Amino acid sequence: MTMDKTEKQTQSAVQTPVPNRWRRYSDWDDRPLRLDKFAREDAANGFAAFSSPADPKPGVTLSQGRIASMDGVLVHDFDMIDAFIAEHHLDPEVAAEAMAMDSAKIARMLVDMNVPRSDLVRLARGMTPAKLADVVSRLNALEIAFAYSKMRPRKTPGNQAHVTNAKDDPLQLAADAATAVGFGFDELETTMRVSRNAWSNAMACVVGSSVGRWGTLFQCSSEEAEELRIGMAGFTSYAETVSVYGTEKSFTDGDDTPWSKAFLVAAYASRGIKARCTSGGGSELLMGFHEAKSLLYLEARCLCLQRGMGVQGTQNGGIDGAPLTATIAGGVREMMAENLLAVWLDLECASGNDARSTESEIRVGAKILPYLIAGSDFICSGFGSILSYDNSFNASLFNGEEMEDYLALQRDFEADGGLTPLPESRALELRAGAVDAISAVLEELDLASPTAEMKASVVVASGSRETQTFALGATAQISEAIQGRGITVIDVICALANRGFVPEAENLLRLVKLRVSGDYLQTSAIVREGRVISAINDPNDYAGPGSGYRLTEERRGEISDLRDLLGQSDVLSAQSMHRKAEAQRIAYLEAGEAREGNDPKEVVVGISPAFGLQLYQTTGGLNLSQVLRHIVGGIEEGGAVARIVRMHHTADTSFLGHSAARLAGSGVGIGIQAKGTAIIHSRDRLPHNNLELFSNAPITTLEHYRGLGRNAAGYALGVAVEPIVVPTQGEALGARFHAQVALIHAIETGLVDPDRAPDEVTLKFLDEAKGGGSR
Amino acid sequence: MKKPTIADYPLAETQGDRIRGRRGIAPDEITLDAVLSGRVEMEDLRITQDALRAQAAIADAAGRHTLARNFERGAELVDVPQDVIMDTYEMLRPGRVRSKSILTDRAEEFRSRYGAPLMADFIDRAAETYLRRGLLKEE
Repeated sequence: MTMDKTEKQTQSAVQTPVPNRWRRYSDWDDRPLRLDKFAREDAANGFAAFSSPADPKPGVTLSQGRIASMDGVLVHDFDMIDAFIAEHHLDPEVAAEAMAMDSAKIARMLVDMNVPRSDLVRLARGMTPAKLADVVSRLNALEIAFAYSKMRPRKTPGNQAHVTNAKDDPLQLAADAATAVGFGFDELETTMRVSRNAWSNAMACVVGSSVGRWGTLFQCSSEEAEELRIGMAGFTSYAETVSVYGTEKSFTDGDDTPWSKAFLVAAYASRGIKARCTSGGGSELLMGFHEAKSLLYLEARCLCLQRGMGVQGTQNGGIDGAPLTATIAGGVREMMAENLLAVWLDLECASGNDARSTESEIRVGAKILPYLIAGSDFICSGFGSILSYDNSFNASLFNGEEMEDYLALQRDFEADGGLTPLPESRALELRAGAVDAISAVLEELDLASPTAEMKASVVVASGSRETQTFALGATAQISEAIQGRGITVIDVICALANRGFVPEAENLLRLVKLRVSGDYLQTSAIVREGRVISAINDPNDYAGPGSGYRLTEERRGEISDLRDLLGQSDVLSAQSMHRKAEAQRIAYLEAGEAREGNDPKEVVVGISPAFGLQLYQTTGGLNLSQVLRHIVGGIEEGGAVARIVRMHHTADTSFLGHSAARLAGSGVGIGIQAKGTAIIHSRDRLPHNNLELFSNAPITTLEHYRGLGRNAAGYALGVAVEPIVVPTQGEALGARFHAQVALIHAIETGLVDPDRAPDEVTLKFLDEAKGGGSR
Repeated sequence: MKKPTIADYPLAETQGDRIRGRRGIAPDEITLDAVLSGRVEMEDLRITQDALRAQAAIADAAGRHTLARNFERGAELVDVPQDVIMDTYEMLRPGRVRSKSILTDRAEEFRSRYGAPLMADFIDRAAETYLRRGLLKEE
């Protein structure tokens, strides 16, 4: 019996499938988003963005002017992080006042343009990690972005690039560094696939970055001691890999303490090297020592610690923890909140947006937008200026592939994301210059002799998979020789100058000279047009509309100037390329004022004012001669007779069609614009109530136009017809064509003369082997 | 040089003749010709205690007191040899030294030998905290 039933079910299933899934879910399964994972909220296991039951209540007690307890922990129970924060961050003179204030009130002050930044910065000095987290958690995403825009230290926004490649190829590093500088990055960061290559990477990037202009700061992310040595040799100007953590166990597991890191920060200062720390939501969770605390609270500890250490800035906002943080509900908002905490604590902020936290391009665009419109000291703490597979830090939120998307976003929102479109010819020039410069240095210092083939392959390569260059082992030898022979930036400057690369040598010297005064050690310092600007001499003075950072007309022009902008002259010249060829295919012979027809089989085709006179192709790239031939052919196939009329009084499709219909003996007409939009109309119908319309000219084919003619004939002869449908694949046709369409249409409307009657046109197809002649 | 304030920043622009390298060479004298002729060396491209203390004064004037303290600690490290710096950093990392006295001895060395009292106090505080948190033993 069971068997029978099963068989029966199988049989019926074959006949009428039992619906078990809405197939839209299958479509969704195929989208990149489905590769992203989303984690359940689980505070006990550390999966909580903004608050956790284990987070302490904010509080401070003072005894004789000293901190006696902080966030519920008594002084003798302080762990190392508490102790450091209490001693170096918390200002007892402000603490009583700030901690007593209502968190909701402080939250409102953050988004109040009338409350100066400096008031809030002062209050933050007296606030504990739990209090800071409590305040910012009251802001929604828009308020966080707004507060960030008001609180960030330097007025002018900037950006940082990753420059790495999968081969640690010095030629490509130099070329990519020069390109990144050309795009306007204020800082470049490199790292290696093979740690021994650190010296070679550093030399190559710093040489590349001196091609074109000077002032781009550079760092080589490496093992701490080595990074400092490379800095001492003059190759790097900043460091940002001083990682700190929000729990004591993560800290010691990461082989450091607040004191060892603070010592390192002072050591960088003593060598004239700009430094910032690194922290970010999710790092403690990744390391397994989260104490069941929320991401935001732990990051607040990291940031108070950093301010206490006296480091000028931070790289935070998830960073390596960003992909994990983004799996948690509210995680992306949390990353914004931790960036806000950083700037509220008056730290320079390289605001994350580096490790790619999603496979969804929509989530990428949404992630960057608040930063782009709010501005940031460094919008990305590593925009992958190279292709994602060449990114030795792992793929960034934005990579070389998406550079132009980013540039378009700047233009869309008139927001300064720190970058500037780089003309193709200039990019090639910079790359060639950089490859020549590093090759000269390698030869002059007797480190290697790149061949012409190697150099040529690198200059044009989009990524390292396309290059014929040094093997990893050869690069390691270069790197070891730089280190072993004690080569410094002075040697590199001399090598450049000796080989005729004098501007590059000068640029590099100017960069290294920054160390002598140490101006670029101040908060949020970068170099723009040969000047150090920082929170000292370019402070963010936002106080409402019209204040703070605003695009100058010049800067607006720069970011607006994407490549291949379309203007009327471009459209006209593109069209005129076809003028000669069309003149050999078709002649439009005007034959006086058009009359009203009386042949009941007659269909009139009304062409627009510029049709074939100034415009020669549809937006679908079809020659107008062919389009007309197919329409006329279709009309004749349908058993009707075609007559062509040029309209002068209108360029509107509906009125072209309707006017044609009124002239037609059958009362049925076709209207067609030069861009290819076509319509079938009937004399009896209201102008905007047509019989058939081809509105998507870019995807309309000759067969469709033929069908349109056939159907018009059908309507004229009273035969039932099946409307022609031009199938779309859901393309954003407006995005692709509307600028062009509007420019083309303006050419048509420019020729409109409301008082001029339609003209009879005789078409002469000139290139037809048979059946040609006049219509 | 009198204590600089915010108006004196950037020092390279306003104090060009007073900010000097470690061997007394002024930034204006650091030219490509000077580098090529060997008159300028790496040593001339290093920051000085004076410059760091001047930056500390500017940071204080801007209300960034913790940054200023860091610059002052950094100033004390300017003349400390690289290997001592790396060795001290290593000692401050967790579990590298077992006894508190090794750290406090190093603090004393910073105080007496390198004229670095701020950094010495800083290391002493680290030693006390490490002891309380069980990273060190008393001795």
